[in-house]
Amino acid sequence: MNTALSWIRAYVPELDCTAQEYTDAMTLTGTKVEGFECLDKNLEKIVVGQITKIDPHPDADKLVVCQVDVGNEALQIVTGAPNVTVGAKVPVVLDGGRVAGGHDGGPMPEDGIRIKKGKLRGVESFGMMCSIEELGSSRDFYPEAPENGIYIFPEDTPVGADAVEVLGLHDVVFEYEITSNRVDCYSILGIAREAAATFNKPFCPPEVKATGNDENASDYISVRVEAQDLCPRFCARVVKNVKIGPSPAWMQRRLAASGIRPINNLVDITNYVMEEYGQPMHAYDLDTIRGHQIVVRRAQNGDTFTTLDGQERKLDENVLMICDGEGYIGIAGIMGGENSMITDHVHTMLFEAANFDGTNVRLSAKRIGLRTDASGKFEKGLDPNNAQAAIDRACQLIEELGAGEVVGGMVDVYPEKREPSVVKFSPEKANALLGTDVSVEEMREIFRKIELDWDEEAGTVTAPTFRQDIHCQADLAEEVVRFSGYANVPTTLPTGEATTGKLPFAERVEGVCRDVAESCGFSQAMTYSFESPKVFDKLSLPADDVRRQAIQISNPLGEDYSVMRTSAWNGMLASLSTNYNRRQKQARLYELAKIYLPKALPLTELPDERTKLVLGFYGDGDFYDMKGVVEEVLEKLGMTQRVHYDPQSGEPFLHPGRQAKIVYDGKEIGVLGEVHPKTAAVYGIGEKTYVAELDMPQVTEMADFDRKYLGLARFPAVSRDISMVVPRSVLAGQIEEVIETKGGKLLESYSLFDIYEGAQILAGFKSMAYNVTLRSKDHTLTDQEVTEVMDRILKGLDALGIQRRA
Amino acid sequence: MKEQLEKIRQEALASMERADVLDKLNDIRVAYLGKKGELTQLLKGMRDVSAEERPKVGQMVNETRQALEEALEKKRAELQAKAQEMQLATEVIDVTLPARKHSFGHRHPNTTVLEEVERIFVGMGYEIVDGPEIEYDYYNFEALNIPKNHPARDEQDTFYINDNIVLRTQTSSVQAHVMETRKPPIRILSPGRVYRSDEVDATHSPSFHQIEGLVIDKNITFADLKGTLLEFSKELFGPDTRIKFRPHHFPFTEPSAEVDVSCFKCGGKGCRFCKGSGWLEILGCGMVHPHVLEMSGIDPEEYTGFAFGVGLERITLLKYEIDDMRLLYENDTRFLKQF
Repeated sequence: MNTALSWIRAYVPELDCTAQEYTDAMTLTGTKVEGFECLDKNLEKIVVGQITKIDPHPDADKLVVCQVDVGNEALQIVTGAPNVTVGAKVPVVLDGGRVAGGHDGGPMPEDGIRIKKGKLRGVESFGMMCSIEELGSSRDFYPEAPENGIYIFPEDTPVGADAVEVLGLHDVVFEYEITSNRVDCYSILGIAREAAATFNKPFCPPEVKATGNDENASDYISVRVEAQDLCPRFCARVVKNVKIGPSPAWMQRRLAASGIRPINNLVDITNYVMEEYGQPMHAYDLDTIRGHQIVVRRAQNGDTFTTLDGQERKLDENVLMICDGEGYIGIAGIMGGENSMITDHVHTMLFEAANFDGTNVRLSAKRIGLRTDASGKFEKGLDPNNAQAAIDRACQLIEELGAGEVVGGMVDVYPEKREPSVVKFSPEKANALLGTDVSVEEMREIFRKIELDWDEEAGTVTAPTFRQDIHCQADLAEEVVRFSGYANVPTTLPTGEATTGKLPFAERVEGVCRDVAESCGFSQAMTYSFESPKVFDKLSLPADDVRRQAIQISNPLGEDYSVMRTSAWNGMLASLSTNYNRRQKQARLYELAKIYLPKALPLTELPDERTKLVLGFYGDGDFYDMKGVVEEVLEKLGMTQRVHYDPQSGEPFLHPGRQAKIVYDGKEIGVLGEVHPKTAAVYGIGEKTYVAELDMPQVTEMADFDRKYLGLARFPAVSRDISMVVPRSVLAGQIEEVIETKGGKLLESYSLFDIYEGAQILAGFKSMAYNVTLRSKDHTLTDQEVTEVMDRILKGLDALGIQRRA
Repeated sequence: MKEQLEKIRQEALASMERADVLDKLNDIRVAYLGKKGELTQLLKGMRDVSAEERPKVGQMVNETRQALEEALEKKRAELQAKAQEMQLATEVIDVTLPARKHSFGHRHPNTTVLEEVERIFVGMGYEIVDGPEIEYDYYNFEALNIPKNHPARDEQDTFYINDNIVLRTQTSSVQAHVMETRKPPIRILSPGRVYRSDEVDATHSPSFHQIEGLVIDKNITFADLKGTLLEFSKELFGPDTRIKFRPHHFPFTEPSAEVDVSCFKCGGKGCRFCKGSGWLEILGCGMVHPHVLEMSGIDPEEYTGFAFGVGLERITLLKYEIDDMRLLYENDTRFLKQF
């Protein structure tokens, strides 16, 4: 919504403030001003001059030398404009003045263009005559301006006057952000009412007097509303002997400032009233209306209709149509039809000011694919009582502008009159909610300014029907505080029962994951939760993989963002790929990513949203580095049991021989591995890449931050080495399992210190060597104890087909 | 005897004086104080001394031994210090050579800001709660006073899964969940992802984060909301921060406000960062609409409350002067390393 300050001032005549003051004050009472533009920006020293003499330029065919009377002096000005004539009154920039732009209407320089006296091809010129473009506007808003050349003023313009003033450019246009609850403020009058209340000045809306001759509109037209649910009110008035012509300058200026191009008096009046009252209107050529009858009803499925822009529109049964005795003549609230549109030959005109269901207009406009200024207003849900005010105002303007003869009376179908709402109000409760101490007098004054009628005895406030946003005490409290000032509300802190600040356990666990990942060199990534269904193929997931059962967004931004992720792998691989493509030698990333697993598709209940800790890196490290990070995480989470790694994890996007399920306490809590070379190729990562994932809900369940002091060892430890030749198929995990289970209480620790395959070792075998440390808490171990434990371990190893070496 | 002792003493001291390395000092010790050393030899000659003289001579010998030992120790310390000094002189390094760093990873700037916000509110007695991102239409809209076909639904550009389930457009969806399951006093903070169908560009993302705050109790006022957000802003942006409440409209709060904080770059004087206004818009808030309380089973006659919603990325971008929102989701390590 854009409005000119001059138009607001027309209804708040005492309004006296700078554009910045207006912006700040209006914003603080709830009519947010997004910005403003001064129409006279960079227009300096520009007056109305009259050309008294034109001579050819001695040295240039395309230039002429003009003598221009600017009131107090005569200036010689050289121009190349083709349209100058003796006697013409033109805008003249004096020496040292400034204009907004060039004559080509291109982008305007920030500081305008300074004009200085000088010589043009040897002839002195003491100023410049300007075009409308040089004055910062365009022919769109000054249709009378010539296409190429100097703007010419009407003959009665006084010479020497401020040309900017004459053009109505000493004005400021404000742009607002109107909130959806304040439908009334999508109009000049609504904003002017707020401005008057904000600045404590009288609000003087236009006085609309009775209009019309002694005929009656009902003799020209009848109106039947069949779809009353979608059309609470339909007002129609008639104008005969229509005289089409340009509208007056003041109306053109106001429309132009609102960004509306002046067309002719009828169109302009309709647009003017729409801006002023916020009520869209439509004008039909009455002579085209068959049967002199208007019927408002739903369209029939599959019908088509040509709107006045010449486009054929598809209709359905939820589109409300304006019809005449035979067929459609307009889409209600959206656009009129080609068949009934006003032409230059119109003689008798029908004005419509109706009230349509906002939701229906919005949805219809969406389905048809046609949003107009009118539908934009209707869809907010207008006040039916405003329709009559608007149509009467339009007829008044028709009379004032001499655009036709208004027929008396109005055809009005309005079966259920909208009544003002009556809301209970207690000043004490308002102050209690706000935490303020606004006096009853101040509240009384605030309500008066914005036309709320407070019956203090009854304890009620009656809100006019244009204030559709006022339903309860809290709404009125807002009205009070808007004008008593949000800034004047004190700052206090909630009192009452104290509450304990808490962080959920899961978040603490996530915090530890972040700390460990970061101390291992991984930086935190964030990726989108939706991705392309092509991801499943990129990860080579088989057709029956449950992860292909992803939740689909019905209106996605595009296929790339159309399904909710069922794993966090793609985000990680894509992020690593980004780094690889940007020539990063190595990258380590982690993400705490939610995935979304539907219980059933199509979705009827909410899915399982699970957080995954996913880690990934390429460059500088291998599988065991990644495994180390996983174990660091688990250890810091107090998951101190032995972690098992099951190589049978079968992830298609991981190297078949370098991946493992992570098993803890018998539960699969994640997976880790090297990315399959074909998957790495799909993602364009040319390095070996390692990834791991932990299922956070399970990890959170098992995490434990309780610690117990175990004492410091006081008795000596005994260390033994076991060297062995192991069949290749036996995993280190199996050997360690034996050491752990057979080692029993006395086993303190063990470590693999050598592993070797190759020459000197039989094919199909590997050489491995472990160091085992035994210790007792309460005594020095005897040789016999040590031998017993070692024998048990060795026997267990024998069972795996392991040969011991000396 | 006396003369002999004095002679030994002088000789020993003189050779000590000449000693320049620790080894030589050791030789001197052996030569004079060792088992076969001169002093020991002299002591052996004690037999020849008369019984009366013996204690006297013994004392003299001991004095000499003590003096020599002290002198030796002093010289030893001197030589040792000198040796160490020489050693250190050979060990000089170039302290300006590059450091060898432990390569830590970096936290996402969003997380750093979120942790800071959570810390502030947990300190004020708020509990952090989570809520679903894929949400019933009811919680995202209807329970927040936004019935079907309300124009606000269009404004929010919702992603739909189906007629009843949406990707939540605001963390306010957590409000009704919390009110339905808890009794006042309620003080919660609920951060999380929200979704709007905005095309990706420097200032828009179809997925971003909000932080919702909700307080319900007896006698909660609009002034309390203002005070709470002032405290928060001072903690987050610095003690001199001021806030400005501007009237606004949200269907689920009444009165509602948008909140600006004084620009923390220029302190409110106006700069390029705040586009000359001196203020930065950071959040929306208001008093919980009585109808919203009622729908979730809380009596609006007995309880009032306030709610606020902060855009996490908004603060992250402002705080770190990041000029393109896309950077937050690209995960370029060169970007992440800067935080």
